[in-house]
Amino acid sequence: MNKIYKHVIADIIRNRIVLFYTLILLLASLSVFSLEDTSSKGLLSMLNIILMIVPLVCLIFSTIYMYNSSEFIELLLSQPLQRNAIWWSLFIGLITALGLAFFVGAGIVILIFEPSFLGLMLVICGLLLTFIFTAIALLAAVLTKDKAKGIGLSIILWLFYAIIFDGIVLFMLFQWADYPIEKFMILISMLNPIDLARILILMQMDVSALMGYTGAIFKDFFGTSGGIAISFGTLILWIMIPFICSLRYFKKKDL
Amino acid sequence: MIITEHISKRFGNQQVLNDVHITCRPGACIALIGPNGSGKTTLIKSILQMVIPDTGKVLFQGEDIAGQWSYRGKIGFMPQMTRYPENMSVGEVMSMMIDIRKDQKDLDEELIEQYHLKEIYPKRMGTLSGGMRQKVGACLAFLFQPDILILDEPTAGLDPLSSEILKQKILKEKAKGKSTIISSHVLSELDEMITEVIYMQDGQVLFQKTLEDLQQETQEVKLSKMIAKIIA
Repeated sequence: MNKIYKHVIADIIRNRIVLFYTLILLLASLSVFSLEDTSSKGLLSMLNIILMIVPLVCLIFSTIYMYNSSEFIELLLSQPLQRNAIWWSLFIGLITALGLAFFVGAGIVILIFEPSFLGLMLVICGLLLTFIFTAIALLAAVLTKDKAKGIGLSIILWLFYAIIFDGIVLFMLFQWADYPIEKFMILISMLNPIDLARILILMQMDVSALMGYTGAIFKDFFGTSGGIAISFGTLILWIMIPFICSLRYFKKKDL
Repeated sequence: MIITEHISKRFGNQQVLNDVHITCRPGACIALIGPNGSGKTTLIKSILQMVIPDTGKVLFQGEDIAGQWSYRGKIGFMPQMTRYPENMSVGEVMSMMIDIRKDQKDLDEELIEQYHLKEIYPKRMGTLSGGMRQKVGACLAFLFQPDILILDEPTAGLDPLSSEILKQKILKEKAKGKSTIISSHVLSELDEMITEVIYMQDGQVLFQKTLEDLQQETQEVKLSKMIAKIIA
């Protein structure tokens, strides 16, 4: 498996988009931290960048990369290699390259300006989001044969998780404001990795005091070590489930 | 060596392969012919498991290939209109393939030399012409001394000189007792190479016959004439 993985990494690194992504993240994180006078304000801005940019870049780049690799996959399939190994190599190659880009571009800067548990959480969440949305991109790419459809599906998925999902949650909160749905909201937030990461980070900041009763319930859950463990477990499931689905589909796919 | 047992494959509402049953004995050189869209490439792809048949199974040296992958190390495959990763150089593709089949030490570089492939090693795959890519495909198919060669329209896009080199190479391997399956539309160049003919139409095998049988039946010398007579 590591034989192919090596070539995938070399191929992605040669692709200038990943380098460009690293530089953009580096520019953004450096300017955010040097503009704000307190690092916690900087962290809040970084959080928003991570929650929006990282999923978008991972989804779009990985989807396009998978389509552009169709010749590569075809070539490998005629060789004595397992389909499992080919798919794993592509996934590991992508998350290594994108994870490295995130760590170099944003992770190191965050850890320098905010060397605390909160800073570490932010970096881990950024890395997990990278892995999650790469896995989702693989699923989108394997499900649709047509390149335009696949990229469209990725954009719709990003819109859903980054924007539409929050709209639905807000709508539910207003509609059922009279009912005690706070605990239910915790469950709902598990259905969106971006929301889950956002709540996890916000709960480590002091701004959760501004969130009223819901904030208090959230704090009771996401503020405890058990809650954090469950949340990270859920994020890891968010990597596993799309990836395993894509792997199972790929094993039966005709090329 | 290779037996496909009643394989069928359907793409959407189109039946591409319908109960295909063929046998490839060791040492046989089989011409796989038939009109466009008759399922030749799909049949070849199902032997390599690039396409998974809906029903039926493929036996390679007596064993069912379902879920297997190491058997592909014994196959040299040259795809039709070869597609390669565009931003890899020829040299990189070659070294990657050698890397994948590391345990195969004894490499056959005869074609690489005859085609002067080393001269284009630094070139990117995307910048090569169709014929050049075919040459890379041919070199890769023969490189690992496979027991069986599967060539899907090998001479399409090759210049006359290069296709003659390829033909001589196929004859040489045939003399060594290797099996070959060639799909082609140019019947005239198959004449001297093949021992058997499989004719496919609409996803079905119309017949699989040896060249001698065909000659006796039709009293013709040229393959193209024989096929024309049988089909008519």
